[in-house]
Amino acid sequence: MDTRPERWNPVLALCMALALGAAWGLPFVRVAPNRLLSGEPVFLWQWLPGTSAWVAAALALGLGVLCLALVQAHRRAVQASAALVLSAGLAALWLAAGHHASSVSLANQADNPLVRTSLGAGFWTLAALAWMAALDAVARLQLKTLPRLLLQSTLFAPLLLSLSAGQDLSIAKEYANQSDVFGPAIVRHLQIVLLAIAPAVVIGVPLAWRMTREPRLRETLLPVLNVIQTIPSIALFGLLMAPLAWLAVQAPMLGRLGISGVGLAPAVLALLLYALLPIVRSALAGLEQVPVATVTAARAMGMTPRQVLWHVELPLALPVLLIGLRTAVVQTTGLAAVTALVGAGGLGSIMFDGLFSAANELVMLGVIPIVLLALLADHFFKALGTLLETPAA
Amino acid sequence: MAKAPRHSPRWWNDRLLWTLAALLALAYGLPHSTPVFAALFPALPRPVYLQEPLAQLLWQHLGLVLLSSAIAILLGTAAGVAATRPAGRAFRPLLEALAAMGQTFPPVAILAVAVPAVGFGELPALIALSLFGLLPVLQATLAGVESVPRPVLESARAMGLSPRHILTQAQIPLALPLWLAGVRTSVIVNIGTAAIASTVGAKTLGSPIIVGLSGFNTAYVLQGAVLVGLLAISADLAFDRLARRLQWNTTDTAGKTLLN
Repeated sequence: MDTRPERWNPVLALCMALALGAAWGLPFVRVAPNRLLSGEPVFLWQWLPGTSAWVAAALALGLGVLCLALVQAHRRAVQASAALVLSAGLAALWLAAGHHASSVSLANQADNPLVRTSLGAGFWTLAALAWMAALDAVARLQLKTLPRLLLQSTLFAPLLLSLSAGQDLSIAKEYANQSDVFGPAIVRHLQIVLLAIAPAVVIGVPLAWRMTREPRLRETLLPVLNVIQTIPSIALFGLLMAPLAWLAVQAPMLGRLGISGVGLAPAVLALLLYALLPIVRSALAGLEQVPVATVTAARAMGMTPRQVLWHVELPLALPVLLIGLRTAVVQTTGLAAVTALVGAGGLGSIMFDGLFSAANELVMLGVIPIVLLALLADHFFKALGTLLETPAA
Repeated sequence: MAKAPRHSPRWWNDRLLWTLAALLALAYGLPHSTPVFAALFPALPRPVYLQEPLAQLLWQHLGLVLLSSAIAILLGTAAGVAATRPAGRAFRPLLEALAAMGQTFPPVAILAVAVPAVGFGELPALIALSLFGLLPVLQATLAGVESVPRPVLESARAMGLSPRHILTQAQIPLALPLWLAGVRTSVIVNIGTAAIASTVGAKTLGSPIIVGLSGFNTAYVLQGAVLVGLLAISADLAFDRLARRLQWNTTDTAGKTLLN
């Protein structure tokens, strides 16, 4: 295959063309008299006549860099600048929306303090396009895994730094209303994930180790774990509810410990069952790829089976095990959102509150941290895996 | 998802058949099982879900999954194949990154985000399911086309096959098993997400679960959960069998193409 580096960047071209269309045709923000109405659309081009010279200069500079990146796809310095510009562009979108919201709030302070400026389809589309183009620019730098993951994570840094500029936006007001719930919801979400993952590791890894010794166990248990993984989350919560409720009635002691048909118990139990498959499977693969010669050498050195396990087999299996652990943690973080339906709380409850009360920004307030947590976990375990693999290789 | 080697095919036949039979029997039989559930849940005044016929919910659930999966498979495969062609190669790193990152997004989140865009009902469910189902198919298509060994491509080219023929005669048949694994993941995830889609107003087998959860009716939850679980397991078993059959055919056709 032809691997000559291309000079022009069709990905950026497509993103820019789509961005132009989104800026023109989709409402950037919406201004509504209160939080439940969808409001009047405001388009980005409507602001063009009123832009100050500084903003125009910054825009021109940014566009200039992007146009350069468009035709110089093979130059890393240009692509790095493009990533920088796009990352700043993400923050600029937020600043622009926040600025508009502040001016609207100021103008309506007297007669309608309930006025809301919410982010429109245009904002979300442009933000997604900027992020995708930035990802593409980072990919073109052809970095090693670790720096790439780091750079991908810092793409949001300018946006995070300028977060306070959006305090008059509807989503910030939802956050202010929920501020006493928001922190505990994140803590609860993490609690659910940890309560499911920790026992899954404690059960899963020894189980996998037994399976390497006993093929029968493997033949009976792996298909069962496969079937569990197939059952949809909401169904598994439901299937666990009835037996747990029955158990709580039969043994009031358990009920006092917090075990019941609703709440944390069915949620954590279901998530634990889901996490078992990736963990067992990866631990199994990890233990099996440990070279027989290494184990034999360790034994010949006089190591006890326990020492062989702790000092040879487990460390060598760890990189593969981490891949499964990553899958399990990312999956559990997402599924923990669904546990709100059985009353386990967490960020999912904010999301479903928003969904059931038709408050779109409240939905986003629940969804964004869930997605960020999942992405963060994904990046963390990928980075950890690369760090561990380097000395072994 | 790759599976460990299994037992003889005849045993599998039975298993799929039995799961399907149980699914249909329960879907049509549960509405007539009031005495059983009244005995199991004596505290509930209405122990059997009768708002809509469960069988009808099953077909609606299946319809939603089939439609969204068809869209996802079509778009995912097309995008994946396009990105492996010389003209679309520039999009490949981005598509790979998006497919990997997109799958860390919880399906519920996509469902919830689709509602502000298009409102309640079947449409947000369809959009979310199609979008989310697209990612595993895209990833599997890219991986599948990539997995074709270089010597195979080179010998195909040496035989004088045009790039188009190389794609249709060698790359696509050889990529099929991996592609099917992606389709399988996509469909199974969609069956589960379609159940949650009843929270955004789509009528699916998730409806009895959601109604039961909000009304503290564990019997409703149980009825919905058993049906959704059986549906997902049947689909998984069906894919298992399809994968076996494909494995045979693929090695066969690809071998013939290249040896003839």
